[in-house]
Amino acid sequence: MEFGFTTAAYVVAAVLFILSLGGLSGQESAKRAVWYGIVGMALAVVATLIGPGSGLWWLSIILIAGGGAIGYVVAKRVQMTEMPQLVAAMHSLVGLAAVFVGFIAHIEMARVSGMDQETKDALKGFAKLIAKKEAVELNILRVELFLGIFIGAVTFTGSVIAYGKLAGKVTSAAKKLPGGHILNAAAAIISVICLIWYFSTGGFFPLFVMTLMALFIGYHLIMGIGGADMPVVVSMLNSYSGWAAAAIGFSLGNDLLIVVGALVGSSGAILSYIMCKAMNRSFVSVILGGFGGTTGPAMEVEGEQIAIDADGVATALKEADSVIIIPGYGMAVAQAQQSVSELTRKLRSQGKEVRFAIHPVAGRLPGHMNVLLAEAKVPYDIVLEMEEINDDFPSTDVVIVIGSNDIVNPAAQEDPNSPIAGMPVLECWKAKQVFVSKRGQGTGYSGIENPLFYKENTRMFYGDAKASIDSLLPLIG
Amino acid sequence: MKIGTPKEVFEGERRVAMTPDSALQLQKLGYECAIETGAGEAAGFSDEAYKAAGVEVLPTAAQLFKAVDIVAKVREPNETEAKRLTKGQTLISFFWPAQNKELMELCQSKGASVIAMDMVPRISRAQKMDALSSMANIAGYRAVIEAGNNFGRFFTGQVTAAGKVPPAKVLIVGAGVAGLAAIGTATSLGAITLAFDVRPEVAEQIESMGAEFVYLDFEEKAQDGAATGGYAAPSSPEFREAQLKKFRELAPEVDIVITTALIPGRDAPVLWTKDMVEMMKPGSVVVDLAAEKGGNCEITEKDQRVVSDNGVVVIGYTDFPSRMAAQASTLYSTNIRHMMTDLTPEKNGQTNHNMEDDVIRGATITHEGEITFPPPPPKVKAIAAQKPKEKAKELTPEEKRAAEVAAFKKETKTQVTLLAIGGALLLAVGLVAPASFMQHFIVFVLSVFIGFQVIWNVSHSLHTPLMAVTNAISSIIILGALMQIGSGSFLVILLAALSVFMAGINIFGGFLVTRRMLAMFQKS
Repeated sequence: MEFGFTTAAYVVAAVLFILSLGGLSGQESAKRAVWYGIVGMALAVVATLIGPGSGLWWLSIILIAGGGAIGYVVAKRVQMTEMPQLVAAMHSLVGLAAVFVGFIAHIEMARVSGMDQETKDALKGFAKLIAKKEAVELNILRVELFLGIFIGAVTFTGSVIAYGKLAGKVTSAAKKLPGGHILNAAAAIISVICLIWYFSTGGFFPLFVMTLMALFIGYHLIMGIGGADMPVVVSMLNSYSGWAAAAIGFSLGNDLLIVVGALVGSSGAILSYIMCKAMNRSFVSVILGGFGGTTGPAMEVEGEQIAIDADGVATALKEADSVIIIPGYGMAVAQAQQSVSELTRKLRSQGKEVRFAIHPVAGRLPGHMNVLLAEAKVPYDIVLEMEEINDDFPSTDVVIVIGSNDIVNPAAQEDPNSPIAGMPVLECWKAKQVFVSKRGQGTGYSGIENPLFYKENTRMFYGDAKASIDSLLPLIG
Repeated sequence: MKIGTPKEVFEGERRVAMTPDSALQLQKLGYECAIETGAGEAAGFSDEAYKAAGVEVLPTAAQLFKAVDIVAKVREPNETEAKRLTKGQTLISFFWPAQNKELMELCQSKGASVIAMDMVPRISRAQKMDALSSMANIAGYRAVIEAGNNFGRFFTGQVTAAGKVPPAKVLIVGAGVAGLAAIGTATSLGAITLAFDVRPEVAEQIESMGAEFVYLDFEEKAQDGAATGGYAAPSSPEFREAQLKKFRELAPEVDIVITTALIPGRDAPVLWTKDMVEMMKPGSVVVDLAAEKGGNCEITEKDQRVVSDNGVVVIGYTDFPSRMAAQASTLYSTNIRHMMTDLTPEKNGQTNHNMEDDVIRGATITHEGEITFPPPPPKVKAIAAQKPKEKAKELTPEEKRAAEVAAFKKETKTQVTLLAIGGALLLAVGLVAPASFMQHFIVFVLSVFIGFQVIWNVSHSLHTPLMAVTNAISSIIILGALMQIGSGSFLVILLAALSVFMAGINIFGGFLVTRRMLAMFQKS
């Protein structure tokens, strides 16, 4: 088929992808938008298959179908609480694919450059494309595929480690090899040297060394980041997988790859930015791992944590008119979202105002809590963002904090020496009464003492989140 | 061990230190409970109710004192009671050790440990056993009710067919626990409530209860409530003058005055002088909650209701909590129960009189034959020191405008700088790069731009679906593999095939999971 047709198909696909992302601005339009994405993808694949440069289309179709079957099964089976792992795993596939595609480009380039003019003319497909390139273009091609492989490799190992941490297969604590960031820096410098080397010789060896270095950087960088920073990591990897696609798009001269890569890359970048802002930390400090150093001794926490039983919570809920629930990662771990939803339904049927307050970094994935609550059939119009609901706490009767810690820590505002000072938090302590559902008296992931638990209007409702909420249900009308 | 409560001997005292409910809780701590017959009668708890709660009922106080290890009372013991104490016995009650030195020495000579509920330090951990606060809360409430009883009008303003009724104006002096309780009660009855306190930091609390804080035009270094454990300290003569001047201004307007001003260890300051009473409208009411310590009002008589020459009723009762005996007993017995919880860390019915504990140390006035009063200052400060309040500066319109202009200029500057740098970089690339590269580059830059514009609009709640869908479409990398698969060697085909396969997983998995998630979002 003509080259013009493929390009036209690419234009349509690109527009569809943009619409698909734009449609996510609202819950209803999003349901339509995902179809745009599907159609765009189908169009792009078909146009490439029948367009110039491709071959073995029967093999391609079989492989797509095979991969699709696996994807289908995985997508059907995955629990909503396992979304972060799934997303990370999928990023690793994109990264690995980018590495392979980059290597192929290198192999082809090496093969083509060894041919004389006649054989070059007889070439078809991708090789023909390379054969037509001039010396300068070949150099640029080298840089492009080098970048593509580098980003792809970082994404691959990074995502694998992120997957491991999210799935609990790798310890979620921040771990670094002795030497810390110097190792990363050394690996990065070696990669740069390899780039220059590769640029001048075009040999396979520097490319190979660089790939190993990139794989190491991906592994070591993500190992050094703790579980609570995962929202940033996952969106960062999302961004990288996009940039890798864009870099490959350059080396293959494929505009659709560039467009989509750029879209995905900027999307991930914005998500990372939003997450960092929600933690009041710079992107660099998150990526380099660990919380920022404290500037002085933390404020002494006075008082004691006062426990309460289900009866007490139920009584308070019965008397309350307005309730705000703040879910966190603990709710996801305990799989308590169905119980929370049931509680919400009961309270709402008694005419009480029940709302949810979602901090941007609650959970392990941007928007994680929204998806869990949606799965449990909590209507999305009572699930609000931090900015929307923060002013409403003083007029709220009861706040229930389920498995979140740092995002409701008043030290962020009150104690300038706190490691999380300045981080925007949900000001739940301004409500008349706060119940905190928590497994025990520990300080949680970040190890930061939470003065909320010691406040006069706070009562601790110890126990597994699901069991606690379930014990409340029969006590409420 | 056994814990017991005798009938209160003080005349008119109707409270009781143990209720059937608190007895149940004490038994959970491992204690046996006993009361003297009829101890709860006046507060509305019959002997039968106690028996039903598993409490032993003993016929006389003497037998009770003999039978128990711990005596819980409301009022300080009289001499007879104190003499009945034996070595090793513990007494828990209000005691006022500073005023009752001899009684304290008597208890010491008997070898009994005495825990004075009025000496519980004011730290947040001890709030649950702060009996002064729980009694003050009742007193504040009851003061308003008592005032209403003696006040011939409504609290709330009404417009009725029979004419308009103005709301009552209530002034509360001293916004401690009792004052705040009185504010809450008065406002909920519909009165216009004003409140005054020497500690400016309580203004916020006063306003939160719905009253208006009476500000003085007086410049003085504000008292720091933290230094005195949250209580008021005596004020300077100048301050006092300013205060009285303000009260004189208010006196003709207000219908009800409730004074609660107390300074620990001193007589109550006179704040409502005779001339102020004379300025008040006939039928107005003054309730003096400080009557026990001489009264805040000049004409207060302890335990009396007096009517001034111009028809102002001045109430000086000191037994407000006892007038609500059932409520007061419930709260007081809970305070006692919390004290016992702290004394029984093992929950085995054996007290562990831990003198290292701030709360127990502070409240204990005699222990093992020694007088341990006054206690050393607690290790924990009751209230965090006041931070100097920074007032947000009110900006004038000009300043605001200037700030806006400056912000706009700054924004323009950063934007122009970024554009200049970006443009220069692009030009630099353009100088060396061939045209074919630049074509793709334009596409790339524009796509990044579109990406940024589009993604900012994505709703926060859809960030997870966004990630899933970008994940799916980033499998567009499949195009690269598809383009290469047909060309070249076996290795190329193998790598390309693997890429196609992985991207295939991603495309289907990503889109399907997105659809699954989006289908779950439902409107209520």
